[in-house]
Order: sequence, then structure tokens, then C-alpha cells
Amino acid sequence: MSLIRIALAGEGGQGVQAIAEIMAEAAYNQNMQTIYIPNFGLEQRGGVSIAFLQVSDRRIGAPKFNKADVVIALSERAIGRTAGYADENTIFVYDNSYPVPEAEFPKKARKIIGIPAVETANNKLHPRVFNIIIMGAAIGLTKIVSFEAAQEALVHKLGYKFEKDPNLKELNFKALQIGKEMAEASLQEGVEVHA
Amino acid sequence: MQAVIGESKKAFMTGNEIVTWAALAAGAEIMFGYPITPQNEIMHYWTRLAPKYGREFLQTEDEISAGFTVCGAVQAGRKAFTATAGPGNVLMQEPFGMAEAMRLPLVAVIQQRGGPSSGTVVYSQQEVTLTTFGGNGEGHRIVYSTATHQEIFDYVIKGFNSAWKYRFPTFIMGDGYQAKMREPLTIYEPRERGIEMVAPYPLVGKPGHIGENRDPAHLCNIYSLEEELYEVVMRHAADYERIIPEIIEYEEKECDDADIIVVSHGVVSRAADDAVKALRAQGIKAGYFRPITLRPFPQQQLRDAIAKSGAKKMLVAESAYGQLYRLIRQEIYGETIPIEGLFMPGVGIVDYDIITKVKGII
Amino acid sequence: MTVSPAVPKSWYLPSKPHKFCPGCGHGIVLKALGEVIDELDILDRTVFGCDIGCSLLSWNFFNCDSTQTHHGRTTPVMVGIKRGRPDLITIGYMGDGGGYSIGSQHLLNSAVRNEKVTLILVNNTNYGMTGGQMAPTTLPGQKTETTPYGRDTELTGYPTKGPEFLSALTQDSAYIARATVSNYRQLKRFIKNALRNQIEGNGFSFVEVLSTCPTNWRTNAQQTLHFLEDEMEKHFPVGELKNPLGKGDK
Repeated sequence: MSLIRIALAGEGGQGVQAIAEIMAEAAYNQNMQTIYIPNFGLEQRGGVSIAFLQVSDRRIGAPKFNKADVVIALSERAIGRTAGYADENTIFVYDNSYPVPEAEFPKKARKIIGIPAVETANNKLHPRVFNIIIMGAAIGLTKIVSFEAAQEALVHKLGYKFEKDPNLKELNFKALQIGKEMAEASLQEGVEVHA
Repeated sequence: MQAVIGESKKAFMTGNEIVTWAALAAGAEIMFGYPITPQNEIMHYWTRLAPKYGREFLQTEDEISAGFTVCGAVQAGRKAFTATAGPGNVLMQEPFGMAEAMRLPLVAVIQQRGGPSSGTVVYSQQEVTLTTFGGNGEGHRIVYSTATHQEIFDYVIKGFNSAWKYRFPTFIMGDGYQAKMREPLTIYEPRERGIEMVAPYPLVGKPGHIGENRDPAHLCNIYSLEEELYEVVMRHAADYERIIPEIIEYEEKECDDADIIVVSHGVVSRAADDAVKALRAQGIKAGYFRPITLRPFPQQQLRDAIAKSGAKKMLVAESAYGQLYRLIRQEIYGETIPIEGLFMPGVGIVDYDIITKVKGII
Repeated sequence: MTVSPAVPKSWYLPSKPHKFCPGCGHGIVLKALGEVIDELDILDRTVFGCDIGCSLLSWNFFNCDSTQTHHGRTTPVMVGIKRGRPDLITIGYMGDGGGYSIGSQHLLNSAVRNEKVTLILVNNTNYGMTGGQMAPTTLPGQKTETTPYGRDTELTGYPTKGPEFLSALTQDSAYIARATVSNYRQLKRFIKNALRNQIEGNGFSFVEVLSTCPTNWRTNAQQTLHFLEDEMEKHFPVGELKNPLGKGDK
């Protein structure tokens, strides 16, 4: 697999770093070269949090990148902060559970995709698995790891919670599945943006 | 000393975590530290792991104290180290200077952050001048600049050996990116790789009885006469110059026929490596040179690369406003090759930046 | 015929006669310390660290191991040695500038952490080595090179009371005292207690010693003693503020 670059952004507390870390672990466990770098600016306590993830089967160069293959922005502020990481090759994903002003979107993108993650989590699953839906979507869009590898990494990360509450495992796997399916469906329908 | 790693194994860790494992594997006995981003997790991992291996930690009142307690502990014969960044590195220049003057085997990990002043907590390569030539001394220090997580592990281990073998303060210089990012590497016991760790030894409190079978140690770092100081510094300079060939490390690729040589260090060299490959693929004869030791600097090796390639230009790429550039210019004084700079202070550099710059100047 | 005076065994004779000015109190403090090292029989395991300033002139005063540090940084170096080798007896020797001004954060925090080191701080109300500038301990109205019209407490505050603030910061296992070179027997007793407190592993041990600086005070012998005994001791009360070793110690 050639290099895939993902930028994941959200409000502090939305769990973007957690899922970036889980995906990084999953990729590493599949013997991929992986670099995960959290933003760690002053905004680590509140504000927009951005995770940078790169996965490749070859040695990865700079830990930083200017343009991402996939940008996932989970709040209006996050959309504004990450629009610059998009160019004509980028799939730009946002949460369309709430309206976003047109001006916030990147000027260039291969595709802009809205996924109702918050709405789906709140209405069909549980608000706490919101970020897992996003993780499923990221995997559905990038195929950086297999679905099974993502499940394993989830168990590895959250196993201690799953042991206490077996329903949690079910819930997380379901969220992962729904996210993946939503992403795959959206790839067909997403808004085409012409650079 | 108790084995820490056991069988060598693959790992996927942050750079800060690797520093801790490497220091443990190298036999470091005590860390003194003061919180500053982005090196904090070195202390966090150390304080969790150290007690399991009988190692110690002290959080001091500031970086000055962290540096001086290291100076004290190594005099007592302990493998001690500290880690810092940015303004903390500024404060530590005082104890680093003492380690230079008294030839103390101090080891410090520097995770560069943005500057000047408090700058950013994120990343930079702006501590090159400070780490190589900081303080009121002559830069008699050993400075390794790492580029990968494997190197962080390798050079922290090597750094302890350099410090105790040569008795010059030794620095492993990373940056905020390397500190915080995760990347696969292999961790190992030094012994498994045939690396013999230099055993520490005390400078004070040696065994024996004073007046019977040993003399008192009177360790000096201030002198009444200018001639006394002169002799000491000249002796240190001669020692330093003698060991340079043993310490110098560098990386060179595609320089044999290069029209332009891209010089970078640390994490930027990853982008430079990719950029040179991409440029070559486009028919541009670019070469890659990377000093791994910034002090001492592989100046002869760089001169040789210039000579054999007949390169018409050199590009220095760094996340600073010319700190590596100035170091190179003084080290290769007399070379007539024009040197251009890609200076991005406090900002990450990607291959695209270097490719664009090279195309613009060649 | 020359008769050598009786000196402590722990003195390093090649460094004698010492380099302190005539009338300086350092020699008295170091004689008391030398006798205590002899009496406690700790020469082989003592590390003496000295600050920059006049206290530096003591660097090879003794036969024990010694190490020079930076101005104000003796405390952390001794802490590092003690943490590295708890079996060693570490003595940090400093002036009022090094201890109370540039190195005050180290003094304060090592006291709070109950570091098991012994610190001896010589208070002569000025920076001697650098030519007699105002120190944290300079008395109100006292003339120095940087207070040529006398220390104005409105501008520069009142003299630092080290043992008092250290007493407030430390636990009961700390030893805190103020001695004076005008009372040799008491001075030696306090220094001995401060070392015994470290040897017994109790904790932080500190003795401030009121001392003389006729060179910078520009005083004759009589005026020097008058300033020490009548002026300084009025501001800086002499005695033990904390002694975990209990009463009856000699």
C-alpha cells in the first residue's frame, strides 16, 4: 500500500486522538510503517485537536504533511482549521448532523462527504461511540487496516472496559461497522468539488 | 545490572518513551528533571518504570538544579541524566558549562521546541547553536542529532558510553515531533548487540583511606591565574580534537555525481531523503548529506562530498533561521561552493518544500 | 625555631596559610568544621563542596574530597552527590549571596524536600569577593559599594533571615541554627550537631554563621567585633531553631 495521510480534527474531548492512536496501533500490528503525531500545541486543553496519521508499506519521510489524502473534521471550527490540508486529491469528511456554512469548506477537494455521526450515535447507538463511528468511516475510506484488525485494536485498547460491560464491545463493533458502511455509501454519493 | 529489554523486540512507541527505555537499557541509575514540554513524558515513563529496575528520580526546583544535581550524581559515580527543551535548555547551559569545564559525563536529551523565548511547545531545530556552543566555553561537547525512533534508542545508549568514555557532556538532540510521534523500531539489550556499556566510576568518595592509600580529590573549575585556565582548556581542546575521528558520524547518499547537495540534520533529513529521491527520479542530480554528530561536525566528510561530486550548489534545509547553515559555513570555511538556505524556523519541513526550493535555485 | 600551631588533622596543610583576609571569620568557621570532622572521624567519606565567592577559597582547605561549583549552585551539586551516594557525608559551604540570593531557590527547595545534606552559610552582610556589594543580609543603613548612602529598606527591603524562614519550611527532623564566630564553642557545637543530624539520616541540616569582613566593612579590630556582636547579633539572633537530636548534646 502506498502512503496514506490522514488528518483528524475535532473539539477537545471528541476523542480524535484516541481513535488515531487505535488506528495507528492497528496498522503497526499489520506490519505497516506508521507515524502518528498528535498536535500538542497550547490547544491540548480545550480547542481544536488535530491528529496526523501516516501509514505506508515503505519507510515514511517527514512526520508532518501539508496535504492529506483524507481529512476528517468533526466540528465547525475543525473544518476551518483543517481546510488547508485539502487539495484536489483530498477526500474531506465532515459531520453533517448540523448545518455548516458553505464558506467553511475547503476550496479544493476531490470529494466532500457529510456523515451524520453525531446524529447516528445519539439516536441509534450511544453518544460515547461517536468517535468509533468516525474511526469506522476512516477505515472505510482509506482501507489502511482491515475491519478485523481495527476490531482487534479496539479490543486491545478498550478490553478492560469491555470486560466490565460486555454490551460495550457489541456497541463499539456496531459503531465501527455503521461508520464503515456510511463512508463506503457516501463515496458513491459525495459532493464532487472541482478544483 | 538487571536486564531491561530481554529478547530484542519490535515496539511502537513515542520518542519520549523510547528515551526512557534506552536510558534504562544503558544502565542509567538516576534522572533529575523539571517539567517542560515536549520532554515531559520522558519523566512520566521514567518515574513509572525506574522503581521496577531499582533506578531513581528527583524532580528538582528548576532546570538549573536538574543540571547541577546531574553534575553532583556523576561525580558520585552514578550514571545520571536529564532531559529538557527550549527555555529549559537555556537555563541548563550553566550546569552544561560546568560539565564541560570539569569533564563530567553528563547526558542530556534535548527535545527542541520553538523559540526564541517560550516560542512554541511544538517543534523546531532552533536549539542547534545553544546545544553545540552554548555557555561561556568552547563547545567541547558531543551532540547527536537523531532522525528516527530507532536512532533515538541507539544514540541514547551510545550517548551514555560516549559521555563516560570521553568525559565530555553528551547530548541526544531530538525535537517535539520525534518526542511525540509514534513509529516502529526494535529495542534491545546493548549486550545482545555486542555493545559493552562503559562502567561508571566515582570522582569523589573513592574507596580507601585518605593519607594511607589515597589522596583527597580536589575538583576544580575556577582558577586564580589565566595561565592555569589556559592549560586546562588547551588540554581539553587537544583531548577533544584527538577523539573527533572516533565520534564523527554522518550519512551520505547520491553525492558522487550530484549537481546540488542537500544538507539537513535530524528529522528534516527524512524529508531531504525523500526529496533527493524524487528529484533524481525527475532527472535532477541531487545528493544528500546529513551530519549525525553536530559536535564534532563531519566537516572533512562534507568537504570530500563537495570535492568528489563537483556540485555547483549546496542547499541547507532546517527548521531554524540558519543555525545549521552558520555551523556548516564555519566548519567548511574556504570552500567556494555557493550555499543556499531553506529556513523554516519552528515549522516542519516536508519533501515538497525541498523539491520546490531545489528546482528554484538549480 | 618555628613552632607550628595545633591544627585539625583534616586540614590540608599544603594550602596553609589560607588565603582569607586578616580578620576574616571564614578561618574560624573552617577550623571548627575541621575539628568536628576529626572528632566524628568522617574524613574518608566527607565531600566538601564550595560556592563561588570568598567561600571558594576553602576549596582545598581540607584533606577530604572537595568540589567547586558555581555561584549559588553548591546546594544542588551536594544534593546530587548525596542522592547518588547516600553513604557519603556532604557539606555545602557558601556565603550569604550564594545561599540567600542567587541560590535561594535551591536552598529553599532542598529544605522543603528534607535533603540529607549539611549546609554552612557564612553571613558577613556583603559580597566580599566581588568587592563589597550589598547582600541580602546587609543591615538597614549599612554602607556597601552598591548602597553608598546606606541600605534603604524602602528600596531594598530588610535583611534576609535564613534560619527563620528555613525553620518555617522544614519538618522536625531538620537541624537549623545560627552561630557566630564570636562564640567558638557554640559554633563548633552547632556545626557538629548539623553533621550528626546528617550522619543519623534525619534530614536537612543548616547552620548560618555570623562572620566578619573587616576588609569590606573598612573597620579596625575593635570596630569589627563591635559590628558583629552589637549590630549583627541584634538583627540576627544566635541559637538553635530546630534540633531533632534533643537536649544535652555537646
